[in-house]
Amino acid sequence: MQRSDIGPMKKTLGILALLFVVCAFTAIYNPKFLSAYNVLNTLRWTSLFGIVGIGVSLVIITGGIDLSIGSVIGLVGSTLAVLLTQKHWGVPAALCAVLALSAAIGLFHGLLITRLGLQPFVVTLCGLLLYRGIARYVTDDQSLGFGSDYEGLRVLAIGKVAVPLSGGFQFPVPFFITGAIAILAGLFLHQTIYGRYLLALGRNELAAKYSGIDTAKMKLLAYLACSLLAGIAGILFALDLNSIQPSGLGEFYELYAIAAAVLGGCSLRGGEGSILGVLIGTALLRVLYNAINILNIPTHLEFAIIGAVILSGVVADEAVKRFSARRRAVRAAAQA
Amino acid sequence: MTPAPPPLLEVRGLCKSFPGVRALRNVHLSLAQGEVLAVVGENGAGKSTLMKILAGIEQPDQGEILIGGKPVRLGSVREAAHQGIALIHQELNLSDNLDIGANIFLGREPTRFGCIDHGRICRSSEALLDEVGLRQSPSTLVSRLSIGQQQLVELAKALSWEARVLIMDEPTSSLSQGETEQLYRVIARLRDRGVSIIYISHRLAEVRELADRVIVLRDGANAGELARAEVSHDALVRLMVGRDPSDFYPRTTHTPGKTLLEVTDLRTTAHPRARVSFTVREREIVGLAGLVGAGRTEVLRTLFGMDRSLGGTIRMGGIHLHRHTPGDAIDAGLALAPEDRKQLGLILEMAVGQNLSLVSLARDQRLGFLNRAAETRVATEAVGQLRVKTPSLDQPVFFLSGGNQQKLVLGKWLAMKPRLLLLDEPTRGIDVGAKQEIYRLMEQLADAGMGVLFVSSEMEEILGMSDRVLVMHEGRITGELDRSDLSGEAILHLATGNAAQ
Repeated sequence: MQRSDIGPMKKTLGILALLFVVCAFTAIYNPKFLSAYNVLNTLRWTSLFGIVGIGVSLVIITGGIDLSIGSVIGLVGSTLAVLLTQKHWGVPAALCAVLALSAAIGLFHGLLITRLGLQPFVVTLCGLLLYRGIARYVTDDQSLGFGSDYEGLRVLAIGKVAVPLSGGFQFPVPFFITGAIAILAGLFLHQTIYGRYLLALGRNELAAKYSGIDTAKMKLLAYLACSLLAGIAGILFALDLNSIQPSGLGEFYELYAIAAAVLGGCSLRGGEGSILGVLIGTALLRVLYNAINILNIPTHLEFAIIGAVILSGVVADEAVKRFSARRRAVRAAAQA
Repeated sequence: MTPAPPPLLEVRGLCKSFPGVRALRNVHLSLAQGEVLAVVGENGAGKSTLMKILAGIEQPDQGEILIGGKPVRLGSVREAAHQGIALIHQELNLSDNLDIGANIFLGREPTRFGCIDHGRICRSSEALLDEVGLRQSPSTLVSRLSIGQQQLVELAKALSWEARVLIMDEPTSSLSQGETEQLYRVIARLRDRGVSIIYISHRLAEVRELADRVIVLRDGANAGELARAEVSHDALVRLMVGRDPSDFYPRTTHTPGKTLLEVTDLRTTAHPRARVSFTVREREIVGLAGLVGAGRTEVLRTLFGMDRSLGGTIRMGGIHLHRHTPGDAIDAGLALAPEDRKQLGLILEMAVGQNLSLVSLARDQRLGFLNRAAETRVATEAVGQLRVKTPSLDQPVFFLSGGNQQKLVLGKWLAMKPRLLLLDEPTRGIDVGAKQEIYRLMEQLADAGMGVLFVSSEMEEILGMSDRVLVMHEGRITGELDRSDLSGEAILHLATGNAAQ
């Protein structure tokens, strides 16, 4: 039962090193990997997936899980399309409505989990089915396009911004959105008492309760934040594609998000994780995906390769953990 | 003249260290065939480690174990069993979804044509149950048995291995009087048959009743040995504690102040029909005595807002606590150090500093942000005041010894300056030195005006530390004893359900 933390910093460095190796490898075999176009795209997709990764990592830190993220993205994208193109709502009203919807979904999950004591896996698995079904119902299971009426709004997803000193390279707008979210989440997790409470209750909920922490409220907050971030990502994904397909938008994205969180150092046992790590984990997944495409590896292998990389990352982490735990135990015994 | 035959079991120079603790230092013992040897010692004296080594669960760092004069290696439970050594755990290790017979033969089921031979299990089990005096069918589910009966099943299981040495770790700690007596009879019968028994206990009466010889461990080393005739309360305590028992408790006299806590007709979920009323004053240490299961822990939990009360009123320093959360209790000036420090008291994987500051973070926050300076100050002060041995504030708690961990459980409350400290078994499983430091802290805090309400199952501790004792039995307070009329007999009398005279 003894497990030791190799510092979260070391873990993040490990995954960062892996990211560099994969990048270098890909760039050597296909220099197009470093072309401005490819970098911009990879950065944009990393940013979009990074938002959901950050969301689910907050839930994973409490020792929970959220499987409904992909369906929330689908529902939010579909609802947004319906509100804008069929109901002709104004843009601000429609955005507020879908964000409120995703927050309400998170609140609903949180209440079921903390008040009724249901298992997060079960609650959010049902959510996965429920929201996907609703998304297909409100759109009559038809694809909806935004057309060319919302180019201003689409800047959020596909816009580019030149940054001074970047040598003419333009950063995608989502990069800045995700950057802002990441900074807020990082501050929350590592600099506020609530972040500390989240980490504490993820390790040992009862002990946190005995320390006077309102653990139910904190868990509720985590599920709410997760769904809200999925909602934000849902808006961006829909705008990025400029059309939504209710049965497919966001499908499996929860698994990408969870995988990125785990790669980035979150333990599914709870109590561990860093926002920076999750972002790097997301980037690693996107780069792998990109590499499969531009290195002409058969795309059927995509899942197999991503699965294998995640598994080896987790195995390596556990091996290092055990090794350092043993070394520490020996050292502690020598001191005694 | 023929040399004396070698003892059945002999242990020489046994040493064992765990992270942060030297559990055993050069321990030796010998055991003759058909002898009942009692091993006594305070919590943390090394008894359990010694027994685990003998049972093959732990490996010693140094030293040797001889059986019949020949050195043996006990690398696993299986190897120990092969040598005829069986350990009966304090917490029973039966699968309660299986029946008695299946438990006795678990992992060694006799088979017939590849299938479990239920007929043979049944016949063999009946004989074994007869031997331990348990009149139950082998097909009875273990979940239907009382703790005492389960203990007998464990014994039968050990006998089925033809164990020559039975190690029993505080077997009577949760048995009724009747069950205890039956166990004594079974032990006597086994001894007469030539089985040797190592019996761990800290109940004096039990040791006197059963043991041919007593060895005492203290701080992981042999502290002494007493023959049956020499066993007396004072002799044992002197060896266990290493000094005269009366000097061990740093008690001074307090003059209690105003009433802090006033509990009237409180009903807890554990004993919904029993009503509990009492008060605790400033500058007063109140002991809450009683047998395991008397409802003491539940009273503390309900006061602290962990359990919902089913009725009655709690007034703490003039504040009425009703349907309150632990947060409300803390605001009212309460603090609770729970009994199970690993599950409830601490977050083992987190650093010492973060554990110590967990309660005071909310008070020291700056608009929700951590106040790291205050955090470090709180942790440094607690480590200093309690003399916690840790290399740094960043050390994960699970590397610390039990005593140091227990200090952290208390330490995290100090910065909150609570007005009433609730302690549940504050010294369970920690070494003598740490114990005394915790007693000293209790004294210090009471002197400074705090009220202390502590639950303890150790009679010595209740007698040694309390200004006043409340005794509980089946959820009720059966009596209240002042310092002047405190005695072990009086407490036991009340704890077993007899009303005060």
